[in-house]
Amino acid sequence: MQEEGGVADLWLQFLLTIDATLRVATPLILCAMAGIFSEKSGIIDISLEGKMLMSAFAAAAVATLTSSALAGLVTAIGVSVLLGLLHGLASITLRGNQVISGLAINILASGLTVTIGIAMFKQGGQTPNLSRAERFRPIELPFAEQIGNLPLIGPIYREVISGHNILVWVALAAVLFTAFILTRTRFGLRLRAVGEKPEALDSAGVSVAKTRYLALIVAGVLCGMAGAYLSTAHGSGFVREMTAGKGYIALAAMIFGKWQPRGALLACLLFGFLEAVASRLQGVDVPLIGEAPVDLILALPYLLTVILLAGFVGKAMPPRAIGEPYVKER
Amino acid sequence: MRIKTMIAAAAIAVSTTAVAADMKPAVIYDMGGKFDKSFNEGVYNGVQKFTSETGIEVMEFEVTNETQREQAMRRMAERGATIVLGVGFAQADAISKVAAEFPDTKFSIIDVSWLDAPNLRQYAFKEHEGSYIVGVAAAKASKTGKVGFVGGMDIGLIRRFGCGYVGGVKSVNANAEVYQNMTGTTPSAWNDPAKGAELTQSQIDRGADVVYHAAGGTGAGVIQAAADAGKLAIGVDSNQNGMAPGSVLTSMLKRVDVAAYETFMDVKNGNFSAGVHVLGLAEGGVDWALDENNASLVTDDMKAAIESARADIISGKVKVHDYFSDESCPY
Repeated sequence: MQEEGGVADLWLQFLLTIDATLRVATPLILCAMAGIFSEKSGIIDISLEGKMLMSAFAAAAVATLTSSALAGLVTAIGVSVLLGLLHGLASITLRGNQVISGLAINILASGLTVTIGIAMFKQGGQTPNLSRAERFRPIELPFAEQIGNLPLIGPIYREVISGHNILVWVALAAVLFTAFILTRTRFGLRLRAVGEKPEALDSAGVSVAKTRYLALIVAGVLCGMAGAYLSTAHGSGFVREMTAGKGYIALAAMIFGKWQPRGALLACLLFGFLEAVASRLQGVDVPLIGEAPVDLILALPYLLTVILLAGFVGKAMPPRAIGEPYVKER
Repeated sequence: MRIKTMIAAAAIAVSTTAVAADMKPAVIYDMGGKFDKSFNEGVYNGVQKFTSETGIEVMEFEVTNETQREQAMRRMAERGATIVLGVGFAQADAISKVAAEFPDTKFSIIDVSWLDAPNLRQYAFKEHEGSYIVGVAAAKASKTGKVGFVGGMDIGLIRRFGCGYVGGVKSVNANAEVYQNMTGTTPSAWNDPAKGAELTQSQIDRGADVVYHAAGGTGAGVIQAAADAGKLAIGVDSNQNGMAPGSVLTSMLKRVDVAAYETFMDVKNGNFSAGVHVLGLAEGGVDWALDENNASLVTDDMKAAIESARADIISGKVKVHDYFSDESCPY
């Protein structure tokens, strides 16, 4: 894989970093799209983290038991949708506080995954390590090696485009899907309306509750895929708290992207890129500075996020009716 | 007078036998639980050995969140445990507090060496020595002359692993390059396999073909990434050769089972003493793992190199630098 020559090598390293960016950003992208569906409909969704964690566990557990990654994915989606409906029950039907409901789901997921995991597998809350057949494997595109040998452009095909698992492609497709649904379909129009001015939708004879529930179901599906990606595609098994705050980062990316699919995608890629760069900068001599301390490198993505958020994002405009349970006027 | 002493002596004799008969050992496993295929499971194996040999049941508790450590220890002491064994440096604060509250109960802790209490025994391991010999193995197995190390949380203990490893690698190939990455600076760095896999991938991208981890649960990602890329990983603490057979070159064993077994046996036989016990290669406290999962990876040449490095360290001919001694690594 190593090529001779400084420029070619640098180019290759850059491409490998881009490749890593895609891998790291995938769960963020799926979760951010889930967040857009939920929040556009007026439901604050900090339970992205919990849904992702729970579905990561479900995917790994079912994949182990059935030896099928696909069965794991389906279960993960089911579990995540159920949690979404629970969030809906609390915040739509019972008109509870959406932040508290979301937080409750996160805490529930954090405790329940470990408890069930210990009961099922007796490995301290982990699932057994998954074998190749139980995971989503990288897909090598045809002619990757032949095209890869072309100068400059070849490595792009070989390193960046080829060799991703199916869920990476699904995540990218989810962005197009989200954009399409939101702007080109009747459901999308209603979804946006219900987040901005639910009375208007209600007076037009469309059920506010039903629209919001539908949005939460779609969000659940996307979160479920993100969880399955973590434990059965990118990783090979569930480990306690393996989401490690990715749900919150996705939420931040969504806000950073102003609740728009394209903006959120770019924000997720930026987070992923910073993380990938951070992995590669540790212990490397940076010109002028020398070897940077580990703490600084690890803090880099977060520092840059703060700077970017403070300096470049401008005013973030959330959907107007977000966080408010809808009460029909009499 | 003489009768009095005799009665007193008899009383003492009776009470000691009573103590031996009612020996109530307890162990507090840390996060990860007793079947974590790693650190805790090692302790569990030692405890099992003790129970099967002596027939004495051991009270157990598995900590599932940080606030339980101190409570669990106190409860064990209150329930009349004669010896309470703590697992891992994360329990250090809890055990030093509880040991002071129960001066008549004996305590022991693994992976700690800096506490001081008259009823507390501490076990430390010379991880740098074990890491050195797996470093020798890594350098022998590497075709590119580049190897990697992925640590968990960035603390002195983990730097000690890394430093010994570098020493071992350079002893075979002075020009070898060793890439070192730490997963994070908070305890979540022990449980981030996705990050572990990414760090490993980044080292492989730079040419590393053997990657050693000392990163707890994060290590699962390291081993998986190395196996996926067709490279080799080196496991840690327990024998992890079976996690990806054929892709794990060896594992650096930390014989925590020895520490657990020895503690309970000493209490049973009335030989318990406080203080710090340091287990290195010479004491059988650290070692490398060879079994059917990695037999095909270990060449005769490699095996000979590892064994001679081990012999040299035990005899004192080679002294592996201890990161703790000066907070730096000379290799």
